[in-house]
Amino acid sequence: MTEPDFDVIVVGAGIAGSVAAYQLAQAGLSVVLIERGESAGSKNLSGAVLYPRVLTDIFPTFLNDAPIERKIDRNKIIFLNENSWVGLDYGDHRLYDAGTAVTVLRAHLDSWLADQAESAGAMVMTGVRVDSLLRENGRIVGVVAGDEQLRSHVVIAADGANSFLARDAGLRPQPTTTQQAVGIKALIKLGSSVIEERFDLSTDQGVAYAIVGDCTQGLAGGGFLYTNTETISVGIVLRLDELVASQRRSVDVFDHYLTHPYIDALLRGGELLEYGCHLVNEGGQAMMGPLVFDGLVIAGDAAGLTLNTGLTIRGMDLALGSAVASAQAVIEALAKGDTSAHGLANYTTYLSQSFVGQDMKLYSKAPHFLENQRLYGDYGQLLADVLHGVFNLDTTPHRHLLATAHQALKNSGIGLTQLVKDGFAGMRAL
Amino acid sequence: MKLPSIAERLAGNRFHLDEECSHITIDQDLARSTGTAERIIAACPAGVYSLSEDDSVLIEYAGCLECGTCLAIASPGVLTWRYPRGGFGVQFRDG
Ligand SMILES: Cc1cc2nc3c(=O)[nH]c(=O)nc-3n(C[C@H](O)[C@H](O)[C@H](O)COP(=O)(O)OP(=O)(O)OC[C@H]3O[C@@H](n4cnc5c(N)ncnc54)[C@H](O)[C@@H]3O)c2cc1C
Ligand code: SF4
Repeated sequence: MTEPDFDVIVVGAGIAGSVAAYQLAQAGLSVVLIERGESAGSKNLSGAVLYPRVLTDIFPTFLNDAPIERKIDRNKIIFLNENSWVGLDYGDHRLYDAGTAVTVLRAHLDSWLADQAESAGAMVMTGVRVDSLLRENGRIVGVVAGDEQLRSHVVIAADGANSFLARDAGLRPQPTTTQQAVGIKALIKLGSSVIEERFDLSTDQGVAYAIVGDCTQGLAGGGFLYTNTETISVGIVLRLDELVASQRRSVDVFDHYLTHPYIDALLRGGELLEYGCHLVNEGGQAMMGPLVFDGLVIAGDAAGLTLNTGLTIRGMDLALGSAVASAQAVIEALAKGDTSAHGLANYTTYLSQSFVGQDMKLYSKAPHFLENQRLYGDYGQLLADVLHGVFNLDTTPHRHLLATAHQALKNSGIGLTQLVKDGFAGMRAL
Repeated sequence: MKLPSIAERLAGNRFHLDEECSHITIDQDLARSTGTAERIIAACPAGVYSLSEDDSVLIEYAGCLECGTCLAIASPGVLTWRYPRGGFGVQFRDG
């Protein structure tokens, strides 16, 4: 057998890859982190609200040292209709004090994380695309990049949502279009003083909007708008099956959202700096599948670890959790000298014991619940109609709230039984 | 806010164009017969695909944002799509 060049090859310097490489290098292993972008993060795009708990455990000074934008302590949930909207505004200083959620821009965050891995001793190779996994006698023994072969005891595939490496090797099925969505995002420059004034924020405080309804023109998915220091991240996520069935142009849906009066007012005077798109896995627990093979583990988005609960898109924190679990399992497997699927099996155990596994399980009903069409139109309209009944004081005799709600429900065609059923399903799924 | 056109948006992004090879190729006959052509033209957020006068699909691969949507919705065998060679393609400044 040819001697391995490294203990571990990590493919993909996204969040999962860089943090796994950091942990492995810290443990004294020889690690190479390979990234196809010209620099770490240059291919990556998220919303992005990061729940940084895993990172603050690993890097205690993360919130001071890392390139974070704003601390999110206000969350707005907006049901958007064509000509109306209804929102919920939740502010909580506890979120700010604890640093529970922060906005980030991936190009900056990811290169910071890759730098940490490099400082810890990992070799970082950027501008290199891994073409395939190297397989001998049924086990993964390294990777192929161009004319080169690199060998290792273990490969960590942290190559993101498309998960081509494992898919091309026949180790993961191609997801269905119901399990995937496309996220389209623009970065809009407003300047910090405009942002603070417009959104009523202090210097490093931020707000996150989760939006459903007309932002996707009724298609399954949702919209987001997050404040960064100087810019706004704004975009939509569209489930592929619905996008295709609708025959709409994704660009038209995106532009319709950005020019909706509600959003337009928030972006007024802005300048579009960058435009991008990226796939999001939405299948939840059902699309995880086996993540451990002889000589290979799969982490982060490549493992299908994303949670869309309708109100939050989470993937970065799950990528982090899986990085930690995979690194721990790989360190132990190398110490034991058994890097077969059996020797690496603790990855799955650590993952399911961690918040990642627990939350994937907890939200396993969410994808099904979110298939409910009524969420993307009818309910927003219903809420607006009830409130219209309350505030539309136009001298016609008024009615009690209950009667108003009843009438609105009747007009919506949803029916009380359906409403109760959906409400109950929502409580259980989310 | 007045939105710039897709071409203008892409012009504002940073790309390292691989002039030697395209990372996307298409089977024109299959694209038409499976309806993939219409699907990818509509779904691509970067407007990479369009129909030429003779009904074949044009591919402006230089503007690809590398999401993988087209491949995910294409019928099997229509597209050969892989990431651009290392260091090439879109390079987000912020992401
Ligand atoms: C629009 C949108 C909004 C989102 N919002 C949020 C949010 O608010 N909060 C949140 O937590 N999550 C959010 N997510 C999800 C989040 O972006 C992902 O879960 C997260 O990026 C996963 O990290 P990762 O490291 O697993 O994968 P990635 O970040 O995708 O990293 C994979 C890396 O592998 C590299 N790579 C791939 N193939 C190869 C190869 N063959 N050779 C070399 N390198 C390769 C890529 O270039 C990339 O750097 C959002 C996603 C989208 C699209
Ligand atoms: S990968 Fe995305 S941006 Fe590139 S052509 Fe396909 S759909 Fe368009």
